[in-house]
Amino acid sequence: MSGILARPADGTTPPDRAYPMTRDLTCPLAPPPGLHTARAESPVGRVRIWNGTTPWLITRHADQRALLVDPRVSNDDHEPGFPYVNAHRAAIAHATPPLITNTDAPEHTRLRRMVNAPFLVKRIEAMRPAIQKIVDDLIDTMLDGPKPADLLTALALPVPSLVIAELLGVPYADHDFFQSNSNLVLDSDASADEARRASGALTGYLDTLLGEKLTAPGEDVLSGMGRRVTAGEMTRTEAVHMGVAMLIAGHETTATMISLGTLALLQHPDQLALLRDDDDPRTVAGAVDELLRYLTIVQTGVRRVAKEDISIGDQVIRAGDGIIFDLAAANWDPEAFPEADRLDLRRPARTHQAFGYGPHQCLGQSLARLELQVVYGTLYRRVPTLTLAAPLDQLAFDHTGTTYGVRCLPVTW
Amino acid sequence: MSMRVELDEPKCVASGQCVMAAPEVFDQREEDGVAIVLDDGPAPELHDGVREAAAICPAAAIHLVER
Ligand code: HEM
Ligand code: SF4
Repeated sequence: MSGILARPADGTTPPDRAYPMTRDLTCPLAPPPGLHTARAESPVGRVRIWNGTTPWLITRHADQRALLVDPRVSNDDHEPGFPYVNAHRAAIAHATPPLITNTDAPEHTRLRRMVNAPFLVKRIEAMRPAIQKIVDDLIDTMLDGPKPADLLTALALPVPSLVIAELLGVPYADHDFFQSNSNLVLDSDASADEARRASGALTGYLDTLLGEKLTAPGEDVLSGMGRRVTAGEMTRTEAVHMGVAMLIAGHETTATMISLGTLALLQHPDQLALLRDDDDPRTVAGAVDELLRYLTIVQTGVRRVAKEDISIGDQVIRAGDGIIFDLAAANWDPEAFPEADRLDLRRPARTHQAFGYGPHQCLGQSLARLELQVVYGTLYRRVPTLTLAAPLDQLAFDHTGTTYGVRCLPVTW
Repeated sequence: MSMRVELDEPKCVASGQCVMAAPEVFDQREEDGVAIVLDDGPAPELHDGVREAAAICPAAAIHLVER
């Protein structure tokens, strides 16, 4: 209660509340405890970010839902008050062309409908057998190899990269090239130069491949974008850029959910048993959403800026103010999810905001869900003796990236 | 209890969440994924799925009139 009394008269947060917040290292799977204090004391309150500015932090599930569909809340990162994630993002904002990630309706709607066709729920579902084969083959290889194995390199990283290769229409013969370069882009041990070279190699590769698809189109995403390029709806550069963006947005995130999800399940053997013993697709699908909620791996918050004054609760967010939506804060909001700190694979978790909310909600969510359903539905059944091969307190977590993940996950069986 | 399903099409961001929640009532247009209402007066046994669809629609584009 003293926290509430200590609030300044204007209701804003004390200026020392820094964002992003730090986690409790003894509880590595839980969000930073400061988020719960913020939600309880000032659910619409100010925080200080890297550049010294004090955008609003929104921590309640219901407030996030209301604001993230509010047309006065904008994703235009050319606005001076936009709360950039870091100096790099601030520096490139003005050089970045209009994309689905930095526009508002109606432009956003137009751009997004352009890239949507391959992500139709039915089309994604049709990829299930192909994804099952990718996962089965990788598990076969892991089981034939030495113990312990690093689950990240054996399964978590290759699954999304091979699936995106499949989605884009990368021929099988090029999968190794595609995978090693996309790993380099994500590798925190790679130098900035190596990462840039790898990303350049992928861009060049996708451009050449798009050229081939223009003459011999198939049913894949690149061919689909190729048809739009031919029809003059999209430029070739935009199409290639979108291909690279899908790879970047879908690789590390999905990989992290595979590794961190497995770690969470190994820490909760009763929940793991549920998933291992019940192969009802609804159980597996429910487990995926609960793990997405519980882990909420996107840790830097969804960033927006107010275009007009907005009253919310007893606060007024002024036009030009930055707004940060911490997704873990919403997903651990006890008003939305009772006993939110409990991993409970049977709870209805479908309204979680791990993919964000509003028009920018994750484009790849159906694909990510499918990949996770196949992995979680297969790995623990095929390797029922799977265990961690290192103590929890020796695992290294990524506290600074966009997604909160584990850098290496040694497992044995 | 009767239910009428209304879709605010310009708002729809084609996420397909409604199709996952209530495939009997929603589908997606082939070319751009925009939602289609297959049945705007769904039978009572479909109401739970439709309510879930309205709750998870990221664009708040599904309105239900229940009486
Ligand atoms: C478990 C895995 C994933 C998580 C947790 C995740 C999370 C997110 C979140 C939180 C956003 C919202 C950002 C915002 O509102 O500003 C987002 C947007 C996006 N995601 Fe994902 N994502 C995942 C997988 C994927 C995959 C597999 C793809 C593509 C193949 C993808 C492509 C995108 C794109 C293109 C956007 C931008 C959409 C827009 O701004 O309209 N994501 N994702
Ligand atoms: S859930 Fe909403 S945004 Fe997504 S397709 Fe259905 S109506 Fe459109």
